Amino acid sequence: MNASVPSLVVASLLLPVVIGSLSLLFLKHRLGLSRLVSLGSRLALVAIAAALTIHASGGTVESYALGNWRAPFGIVLVLDRLSAMMLLLTSVLALAVMTYAVVTGVDRKGWHFHPLFQFQLLGLNGAFLTGDLFNLFVFFEVLLIASYGLLLHGQGAPRLKAGVQYVVINLVGSTLFLVGVGLLYGVTGTLNMADMAVKIAAAPPGDQGLIAAGGLILAVVFALKAALVPLHFWLPGAYAATTGAVAALFAIMTKIGAYSLIRTGTLIFGEDAGPLAFLTGPWLLPAALITIVIGFLGLFAVRTLREMAAWSVIGSMGVLLSAISVFRVEAMGPALYYLLHSTLAGAALFLVVDLIARRRGPQGDALTAGPRFGQSEFLSGLFFLAAIGIVGLPPLSGFIGKLLILDGVRAAPEAAWIWATILITTLIGVLAFARAGSLIFWKSAPIEGDIAPPVPDDRTGGILTAAGLLAGLAALSVMGGPVTAYTEATAAQLFEPQQYIAAVLGETAGGRR
Amino acid sequence: MTMEWLVASAIGVLTAAGVYLVLRGRTFPVVLGLAFLSYAINLFLFAMGRLVIDRPPIYDKAAESYTDPLPQALVLTAIVIAFGMTAFVVVLALRTYLETGTDQVDGRQDGEARP
Repeated sequence: MNASVPSLVVASLLLPVVIGSLSLLFLKHRLGLSRLVSLGSRLALVAIAAALTIHASGGTVESYALGNWRAPFGIVLVLDRLSAMMLLLTSVLALAVMTYAVVTGVDRKGWHFHPLFQFQLLGLNGAFLTGDLFNLFVFFEVLLIASYGLLLHGQGAPRLKAGVQYVVINLVGSTLFLVGVGLLYGVTGTLNMADMAVKIAAAPPGDQGLIAAGGLILAVVFALKAALVPLHFWLPGAYAATTGAVAALFAIMTKIGAYSLIRTGTLIFGEDAGPLAFLTGPWLLPAALITIVIGFLGLFAVRTLREMAAWSVIGSMGVLLSAISVFRVEAMGPALYYLLHSTLAGAALFLVVDLIARRRGPQGDALTAGPRFGQSEFLSGLFFLAAIGIVGLPPLSGFIGKLLILDGVRAAPEAAWIWATILITTLIGVLAFARAGSLIFWKSAPIEGDIAPPVPDDRTGGILTAAGLLAGLAALSVMGGPVTAYTEATAAQLFEPQQYIAAVLGETAGGRR
Repeated sequence: MTMEWLVASAIGVLTAAGVYLVLRGRTFPVVLGLAFLSYAINLFLFAMGRLVIDRPPIYDKAAESYTDPLPQALVLTAIVIAFGMTAFVVVLALRTYLETGTDQVDGRQDGEARP
């Protein structure tokens, strides 16, 4: 084992927390310096995540006992292929979003943007790395508290209104999380996820009802984070009301729910759990299919481009969760590929929409015909590419992702439903985005009063950042071979939880209880 | 009445009151409802370590049996988080009320129709 790997794992948590605290204390009035520090730490995090991913791609599972307290008594951080991949995705997205926020001056609109961003990353990285269920709750709270601040960044009445709803629904979600964790602890007597998997595999039949209740309550919480219908109502309001940069970062927030569903679904309620194996699947699949339909139909009901981007995030979460919820190794690999794609595509769409809104002056992102605006040639191209990406047309990675998912679920008994839903809703999505694009870019109409579109803060920086994210989608298609090889290996590792359990519990795993 | 019955019914009543208040239309009852829910969950977590009396929560060679110390640590964490979040929600609700002029959670004025 490479000696530097544990320190890199911890560094991915320490870097944001140390720099976040320091910039909160010392850099409050030094915008230039705090931007430099923020971008520098984003780059460092990408480098750390890349190194961890290269290490994890070898197939070993690393476990780091915090404070050297042995699992299952202490809290462990666990690095496997899935967590490394999520770390890399988060750090790349954070780099792009931070660049966008700096070049468009969003971070000047209020206090503490940079520290909040760091704490957001602390929560995200921690949630991806932790091997302890209660610790997962704590990191959820860290990332939520930071997200409340980021959501409200810049303030204004509509944002505050959406903020109250977002905060309240997430607090109720946190309460439910504790109920689920409490139930599982009460029955199994452990909070370590690997240890819990061992205990549940050996649980007497009398306890299985309570364990199932705990597991399904947890699934409700994760489904709330993933914006699964009928728990999606918070998302359009919150994402449409916040700034474009923050909405783009929040593209990873729904994936936290998906990640937690994958982790608990394959580890705690994996194949060894007997009658409890994959117990969330039958509940998630119908909800995911309805989510796809509602998400893509919602594209026709919106009045602004931002809401449109938010509904397309819901639709893509439905596609992702429908592939996850069949809980088959041949569908999980494509699901992870689609997860990478949909995060970058959703973020790119939010950035492009924000760029359009900035140049349209008083109309903002409203879906109405208006006067022509600056740089509309570039922006129409970017909007076209982002729409292709999120809907899933060739040549970008959304098409490959959906194709792989359709292929992966073929052996599942519900395949016909998934095929029909994904194919029909893709057509609906194409129509909705074609309608929006032609309205914004091709139709022009005079408006009342003076036309004085504000001069955008920057001419090219924002466009280049959004284009960079779209180039990421292109790279996902071009590098499809290596990426799918990695995601397939990840899926194989997820469905062999014995390796994870052995890495966490060590040699004691065999003779426990 | 047994201790189990008392604790269980207390959790039930607190949860019911919390759910009812969270579903109200104005921010103040909603905040109170969230507080009730967090009290209920604290009791629930505490009870998950099994209800026993007169047992030490820490390791002692002389003691014959223990009460589980872990749920107490969890409750402590949950209390701290819930306390901080309640403070945040109160400030946020006040700020929203001052900015929008209404304390309805959905941000509409009294009697205003859905747009």
